[in-house]
Amino acid sequence: MSKILEKEFFSENVAKIDLYAPEIAKSRKPGHFVIIKIGDKGERVPLTIASSDNEKGTITLVVQKVGVTSAKLLKLEVGDEVTDVVGPLGKATHIEKVGTVLCAGGGVGVAPLMPIVEGFKKAGNRVITVLAARTKELVILEEQMRRYSDEVIIMTDDGTYGRQGLVTQGMEEVIKREKVDMSVIIGPAIMMKFGALTTKKYNIKTYVSLNTIMVDGTGMCGACRVSVGGKTRFVCVDGPEFDAHQVDFEQMMMRMGAYKDQEYAAYQKYLGTLETVA
Amino acid sequence: MENIIDYLKAERSQEWRNEIRKSMKTKERTSKVRASMPEADPDVRNKSNVEVNTGLDKDIAILEAQRCIDCPTPTCIDGCPVGIYIPKFIKKIEVGDFLAAASVLKETNGLPAVCGRVCPQEKQCEASCFYTLKLNKPPVAIGYLERFAADYERNSGKATVPEVAGSSKVKVAVVGSGPAGLAASGDLAKLGYDVTVFEALHEIGGVLKYGIPEFRLPNDIVDFEIENLRKMGVKFRNNFLVGKTASFEDLKADGFEAFFVGSGAGLPRFMNIPGENYNGIFSSNEYLTRVNLMNAAKPEFDTPVISGKNVAVIGGGNTAMDSVRTAKRLGAKRAMIIYRRSEEEMPARIEEVKHAKEEGIEFMNLHNPLEYYADETGRVKSAKIQKMKLGEPDASGRRRPIPIEGSEFVIDVDTVVVSVGVSPNPIVPASLPKLEITDWGTIVVDKDTMQSSTMPEIFAGGDIVRGGATVILAMGDGRKAAAGMHKYIQEKTKAN
Repeated sequence: MSKILEKEFFSENVAKIDLYAPEIAKSRKPGHFVIIKIGDKGERVPLTIASSDNEKGTITLVVQKVGVTSAKLLKLEVGDEVTDVVGPLGKATHIEKVGTVLCAGGGVGVAPLMPIVEGFKKAGNRVITVLAARTKELVILEEQMRRYSDEVIIMTDDGTYGRQGLVTQGMEEVIKREKVDMSVIIGPAIMMKFGALTTKKYNIKTYVSLNTIMVDGTGMCGACRVSVGGKTRFVCVDGPEFDAHQVDFEQMMMRMGAYKDQEYAAYQKYLGTLETVA
Repeated sequence: MENIIDYLKAERSQEWRNEIRKSMKTKERTSKVRASMPEADPDVRNKSNVEVNTGLDKDIAILEAQRCIDCPTPTCIDGCPVGIYIPKFIKKIEVGDFLAAASVLKETNGLPAVCGRVCPQEKQCEASCFYTLKLNKPPVAIGYLERFAADYERNSGKATVPEVAGSSKVKVAVVGSGPAGLAASGDLAKLGYDVTVFEALHEIGGVLKYGIPEFRLPNDIVDFEIENLRKMGVKFRNNFLVGKTASFEDLKADGFEAFFVGSGAGLPRFMNIPGENYNGIFSSNEYLTRVNLMNAAKPEFDTPVISGKNVAVIGGGNTAMDSVRTAKRLGAKRAMIIYRRSEEEMPARIEEVKHAKEEGIEFMNLHNPLEYYADETGRVKSAKIQKMKLGEPDASGRRRPIPIEGSEFVIDVDTVVVSVGVSPNPIVPASLPKLEITDWGTIVVDKDTMQSSTMPEIFAGGDIVRGGATVILAMGDGRKAAAGMHKYIQEKTKAN
């Protein structure tokens, strides 16, 4: 059981949650994730850790409402308990001094990117960050990102904030302007796919952090498997970060849709139960 | 070993044992027919989760116990990895003292109701029963009797908790709450240690919970045995992955003096054939975990599972049988085993294969999948299958399967469960760079003490050492390791 100590909505469907999990807070490194489960009948769902506070013993998760589990999590209030939290899972980001690092984050993918940006900056790199979102109110963690980035470029689909355009436009602008030694891209699968295509054109070493379907998160089930360089790898123990130019994004997106119909039906049913209660 | 033989002799010459032995002529005992296990109707059970084997009743159990001739040198015990005092518990059943029989089981086995259900007794104790070895008759049904005594005790409400030696302040850690870890923790608790079991999942029980289905091993039986360990003072921490949540060094700093690693072989193998990553293709671990641990087939639970109409399970082991029989229970029209050798080479227990056949499972033996095909959404729709024949025996002693060229054909499948084995889970070895591991990722240990060859405070057993074995072999390892840890800690204390 992990108690929610703080909760702050960034927008209607996105919130930051601080969970009391002192052991995880102490052990986690950038790139790590946790698996959470809400209630005895809940599903196990992976969420990447955005940050932690060792003194308070908390880990921070940024959650977007996309289905039953995330909706249940966002409904919990400060003082409520999350039934199960296990982690930190996965391999930590390999952070070293490489020169200039281009970090690109889309949607709630910006949250797991945050500790990576911080890590690369503290390791002595020049860090340029591109934050992308559909519209102004979905741009998150801008202030924190500015703290550890030499420059932050904001792209919105509708032009309500920063510049209008896709994340790849912001990335390409930087790449054309100066030498980029490495890139890290975290966001929706489709965004990572096109981000990877962009850096591949310029032959820039690029990492993505994958958030596939998982059950145990410890290597046991293989639900999270993806093809990387033609080989099947497990996101939970071999990743979650992989060489972006080797990932088969088409297959990954196909696999992420495996339960689309069941997930949709379950979400509708869940929304139905909320209405009955109200 | 000397004192065990003396102990057995002394026990056998007790008055009650002599009396019961003399109460019936050996010839009368050996002329009795072995009891058969009553089973739920195949057509009912293949649509529900009711337990397949329903257990012996009292009278039948006593009759079966009478078959045991109480040998002066009981060879059956040699066949038991946890060394149950088999004749002693059987004779307690014969005299009708079923609770005492259960106590005898618990002297050496913390999970008798589990072992009575899932042990391959035909390869262990019953294979070395006097009836099998010398009389060429069906062995005493030791497994059925073990289950009977354990179930009787559980249902009586009079279950006793094994005695523990005066509580010690020495802390020991058990990593993983599967059969190896539970066996080790029970023995360590009896020796008086302050035992904490760390489990990565949210439920305690490891493979007994996520792997073995309800129809073969009901969860409440596992929970009962875990509750017993709790009463013996064993502490359980769920959602705790040793090596990740905290390192071994962190735990050492917390005062843990020795570790038993029973982290299992939780890394499923795939065949690496084209199309294997299509949707609807699972490892048996994933398929069984969704259904057993996450209750995915019940609508009130959030976890989904794909329940196919045409389900192919690849493999011939017990896990393959569990998967295919689960598929049938989830409503598959065709639930089939595709196995590359013949039934004779199948590693699954004969009983499981028999049960599967009764339940309407199809067997495509001497067949092997080559490729999968999917519909436009990426869901598997068919498989290309090749026929096989048997050649010369291979390293495993089983005849090698050889593909028959040109025999390929395509069958419709909408769900595939790949059950071709598991590899050791890499998390613990990866967190201990000094630990010696084999090329296969298993931990190298001394076979008697189960102590790591390179890190004296680490002991290991079960699938993380064997790479893929049975519940009872894992439990045997756990017991050996507990003794090894006790010796290690005593010697260390003396040295200081």
